[in-house]
Amino acid sequence: MSPRSIFTRPARLAAIAPYLWMALFFLVPFLFVLKISLSQTAIAQPPYTPVFDVAEGWDAIKAAFAALSLDNFKLLISDDLYVLSYVRSLMVAAISTAILLVVGYPIAYGMARLPPRWQSVAMMLVIVPFWTSFLIRIYAWINILQHDGLLNQVLLALHVVSSPLVWLSTDSAMYLGIVYSYLPFMILPLYATLSKLDPALLEAASDLGASPLQAFWRVTFPLSLPGVGAGALLCFIPIVGEFVIPDLLAGSDALMIGQTLWLEFFTNKDWPVASATAVVLLFLLLAPLLLYDRLQRRQLEEGR
Amino acid sequence: MPLLRIDAVVKKFGQFRAVDALSLDIHAGEFFALLGPSGCGKTTLLRMLAGFETPDEGRILLDGKDIAQIPPHQRPVNMMFQSYALFPHLSVKDNIAFGLKRARLSPSDLDARVTEMVALVRLEGMETRKPDQLSGGQRQRVALARSLARRPQLLLLDEPLAALDKKLRESTQLELMELQRRLGLTFIIVTHDQAEAMTVAGRIGVMDAGRLEQVATPRELYEAPRSRWIAEFVGDINLIEGKLDADGDTHLTMARRIAIATTQAGTIYVAEPRQPPTRDNLCVAIRPEKVKLSRRAPASDDARAINRLDGVVTDVSYLGGITSYKIRLDTGLVLRSSMANTARIDIDAYSPSQRVVAWFSPEDCVVLEQ
Repeated sequence: MSPRSIFTRPARLAAIAPYLWMALFFLVPFLFVLKISLSQTAIAQPPYTPVFDVAEGWDAIKAAFAALSLDNFKLLISDDLYVLSYVRSLMVAAISTAILLVVGYPIAYGMARLPPRWQSVAMMLVIVPFWTSFLIRIYAWINILQHDGLLNQVLLALHVVSSPLVWLSTDSAMYLGIVYSYLPFMILPLYATLSKLDPALLEAASDLGASPLQAFWRVTFPLSLPGVGAGALLCFIPIVGEFVIPDLLAGSDALMIGQTLWLEFFTNKDWPVASATAVVLLFLLLAPLLLYDRLQRRQLEEGR
Repeated sequence: MPLLRIDAVVKKFGQFRAVDALSLDIHAGEFFALLGPSGCGKTTLLRMLAGFETPDEGRILLDGKDIAQIPPHQRPVNMMFQSYALFPHLSVKDNIAFGLKRARLSPSDLDARVTEMVALVRLEGMETRKPDQLSGGQRQRVALARSLARRPQLLLLDEPLAALDKKLRESTQLELMELQRRLGLTFIIVTHDQAEAMTVAGRIGVMDAGRLEQVATPRELYEAPRSRWIAEFVGDINLIEGKLDADGDTHLTMARRIAIATTQAGTIYVAEPRQPPTRDNLCVAIRPEKVKLSRRAPASDDARAINRLDGVVTDVSYLGGITSYKIRLDTGLVLRSSMANTARIDIDAYSPSQRVVAWFSPEDCVVLEQ
């Protein structure tokens, strides 16, 4: 029996559905962006050339194809602004992910150890911030961190500092905002793997002479690696492209790639360079995405 | 001095006394079984020996040293878990080596010990496999090798064979016994399977409601149960209620026979119990294989057949090695009798609705207080 025949016709259709979805809502828009990234900026509507127009016939389309070039990508490599933005984005994402892991792991571990009744309560508490708009929560941080904000008031009242500190428009404020916003994405996959951990394994480790710390490093941590990977990628990938948090909380001396992209699009009105920036970003993020995919596949194979 | 002395140990979960003032001595080199229905406290007791639970009262002396408060990783005791609890991310070799690495063995000693353990449980060639690439029986052997690798003074086995099928379980029981004898270690096994306990253990402690009901060899447990509960828990038994008939005692072939007046089977003569009954409400217990059947009444001067009861066969179950019969006595009581099928063709087999005489010797009866 061939493996294909175990699927009935509806099952096969259902298997195709996600690919159709991806083609329609990812591949087609991506091709648009890719095409624009190969075009030149123009003061026109739309603001780039060439424009494909099927009505003008085959030769016109061929000419349009010939007019496409890699100039925008060359610009990205030659101008420090873009390279530095990419490097900063990757750096910020890497540092944030590391902080998130250090903060999120103990929380997830603690949640997984709660009595089952309290686990769902803890889960609610992790998710509850999502019920308020993301923007409002970031603006709330501005309120807390500004010159006469809550944080400085508390520090002054406690006599920890004698004059208000500058919090807002610093990298610290940005990291705070990022860690705050992305924490649930780190906690939930970690919690999912840690709560599945068989407590008998820890008893066995202890029975075989492992101290609680050894049992953690030899048993709990290695077995939670799939969750660590999932959490890290769920945070790292969107943080690389993050725009709102650095724009509102960080200073304006160094930009993340999301901010650069926004500037190109809306301030410079240079759609082709903005599109090229987005295409490069996508390929940069493809690496961790493929890694994530490999991790998940390995986990599936081990789960058999 | 016993290797292990459990001294008046109490473990409470809230108001529930899971282990209730239990005392027990286990000697070095023993294979001891804790047998009991689920919820009787046997696993809690085992977990206290391993260190996963702390007793609320009492002492646990191992080699004269109180270990009740010592954490599990500092005890010279190892446990084989019911679920095996193999580390899924480690190979067979690394699972077995886990405890040895914690004991800081030198690498050459460690390798030698792992090789020895792998050979002991016959898993050569499987060293690099992960637990999910092994069969249930192989996993069970890895768990056993892992728990033996540190050469514990005391090995605890928590329902170690429950996940195996019947044939594999029986052969593994024999291997366990052989292993225990060869290594000269002390094993304590927890099981709810009485055939398993009787097969492997030299002594069995039967637990109920957090207490030890009886600690005895398998034969004693079966032939001389201490209470009605034990008699019913271990194996099959016929119980006939009655009370002492002080005037009915008789002497048969030089031995005194006590008469018990039963409501459902008339007077039954039993051998003098080791301890005279203190209460009036008694119960005569007789194992089915000790109840014989015959078509005609045995000779009236046959001292072994002094207890004879007339009845009708109501049920016949052929079980291969034995055939089990149910007989409804004319007095209404239902007795069970089983007979070994010692010949391939049995022309004397009884069939339903046949009239028979059920008879048994006073020596085979046990008198229990109700």
